[in-house]
Amino acid sequence: MSKILEIENLTVSFDGFKALNNLNFSMEAGELRTIIGPNGAGKTTFLDIITGKVQPTEGTVTFKGRNLAKMSEHAIARFGVGRKFQTPRVYLNLTPRENLELSCNRTKNVLGSLFRKQSSGERRTIAGLLETIGLVAKADIEAGLLSHGEKQWLEIGMLVAQSPDLLLVDEPVAGLTDEETFQTAELLNSLAQSHSIIVIEHDMEFVREIARQVTVLHQGTVLCEGDMDSVQSDPRVIEVYLGHSDDEEEAA
Amino acid sequence: MAYFFALGGYALAMHTNLQLPEGQMPEFFMLYGVSDLPIFWKPFASFPFTAIAIFTVPAIIAGLLGYLIFRNRIRGVYFSILTQAALIVFFNFFNGQQKLINGTNGLKTDTETMFGVLMSSPEAQIAFFRASVLLLVGGYLLCRWLTSGRFGRLLIAIRDDESRVRFSGYDPTGFKVLVFAISGALAGISGALYTAQSGIITPSAMEVSTSIEMVIWVAVGGRATLVGAVIGTLLVSYARTFLSEEFPAVWLFFQGALFLIVVTALPDGIMGLIRDQLWPFIQNRLGLTPVVAFPSLVDPEVEYEHQQLESEEKS
Ligand SMILES: Nc1ncnc2c1ncn2[C@@H]1O[C@H](COP(=O)(O)OP(=O)(O)OP(=O)(O)O)[C@@H](O)[C@H]1O
Ligand SMILES: [Mg+2]
Repeated sequence: MSKILEIENLTVSFDGFKALNNLNFSMEAGELRTIIGPNGAGKTTFLDIITGKVQPTEGTVTFKGRNLAKMSEHAIARFGVGRKFQTPRVYLNLTPRENLELSCNRTKNVLGSLFRKQSSGERRTIAGLLETIGLVAKADIEAGLLSHGEKQWLEIGMLVAQSPDLLLVDEPVAGLTDEETFQTAELLNSLAQSHSIIVIEHDMEFVREIARQVTVLHQGTVLCEGDMDSVQSDPRVIEVYLGHSDDEEEAA
Repeated sequence: MAYFFALGGYALAMHTNLQLPEGQMPEFFMLYGVSDLPIFWKPFASFPFTAIAIFTVPAIIAGLLGYLIFRNRIRGVYFSILTQAALIVFFNFFNGQQKLINGTNGLKTDTETMFGVLMSSPEAQIAFFRASVLLLVGGYLLCRWLTSGRFGRLLIAIRDDESRVRFSGYDPTGFKVLVFAISGALAGISGALYTAQSGIITPSAMEVSTSIEMVIWVAVGGRATLVGAVIGTLLVSYARTFLSEEFPAVWLFFQGALFLIVVTALPDGIMGLIRDQLWPFIQNRLGLTPVVAFPSLVDPEVEYEHQQLESEEKS
């Protein structure tokens, strides 16, 4: 297998504050990688870099063999990176079906959007996706009326509709019920069969559910990497993260 | 939008001003001692050229301006400030250029001719009125087409969350430029028709207050609806004609008050009022209950409260 994403010596500073500090990271095509780390560790910034929202101060990001520096957000998205945001961002005034159509559309230029009709293949993909994310019954109401969990799923559906090679999923189960969390884990596990995925999450229960390889970020660098068991037993990780998280779980 | 409006008006006025015997020039040039027709005037002698220029010139300028603004991701308040600043630049330019376009005095069309017919004659005025109605319908249909379907949904998405659209693989710049250019074109056409019917175009059509007035039309009718913009324009312009004739002194106060009322009490304008108050009321009276397709979305407690309130109102 080949590397789908390689990041070398990445540093991002905001007015001197290094949100990411000399970070190295790589993952194989087809992998499902989980990234954990305490608040402010730089996880969201890491995704901002890959998707072109923030430019690196130093270092390179290589995706499918191509350096992403200076590519604009929409070009990176078309090149095969799909992203779900930490707080769900779906188009509230459109219906779930229309949200999916928008992402699924293959010709994303002005003229294509004006004149090209939707193909029957696209329509089928969307119907299938609505099924997968469990929104068939609510496909034609405004997305603003959906519950928080349904919005999270709709946004995951929008990612898949883009048919990207790499899915970046930022905190998909934040604010979900246990039941919904479990379903989300199942959804991601089934998506992992055909996509490379990076999942960022705080919820350790959930991480245990999906994790194969885990990367721990701390203060903008990779603290350690490995399978769930070895990461959990790493004393440094326990110190910065798991201890803290266990407290939270007990409190909850 | 006001400068695109004025550009269309000037294009038409230049055409009518050039309906002269061979070798003659519009009168005002003499006043400033200009003996050669400025180059950019020449093609406006031709009607087909003028007809096309009325919408293409504003569209191209709007497109260029839009491209510069949108590519640099300028939005919201900064976008408004920038367009108003551009307006002042245009205004000052048109005002100052006596030798090119008669400066502050503007160009008169009522004493000029088109196809040999005097512009202020009843025939010409009726023809222009018919053209206005037709083009209004055409413009409405064009906008309808644009805002429905896939393109329209994308515009909604861009309006609601522009940066999200980028991460779905779209570049919003092109879409915004196109829409801006089309609205420039429509403004140009309406400027030409306005000039033909009012008899004169002056740089005052480009004053900031004119462009605020246009915003008031839309605000009164209802933002984000096409019919609303049409209704608002008709109503406010009619009120303006009526009030400024009857009480010239208070018209401006009325306009200001109208804007304040709409912004504070009727944010969705007349269309919003019809949609949210009048329509449900009529439905209620006719015994039609709105169809609730997804009962699960209606919170039973909220529903109960509504019923309580209604029964309280009745008693
Ligand atoms: N645009 C910015 N300007 C300045 N500082 C920023 C900016 N974006 C992020 N930061 C800082 O960078 C650090 C990392 O932020 P980031 O959002 O990546 O953390 P995170 O790991 O996603 O945290 P969380 O778990 O809360 O989502 C934070 O200290 C944040 O304040
Ligand atoms: Mg984050």
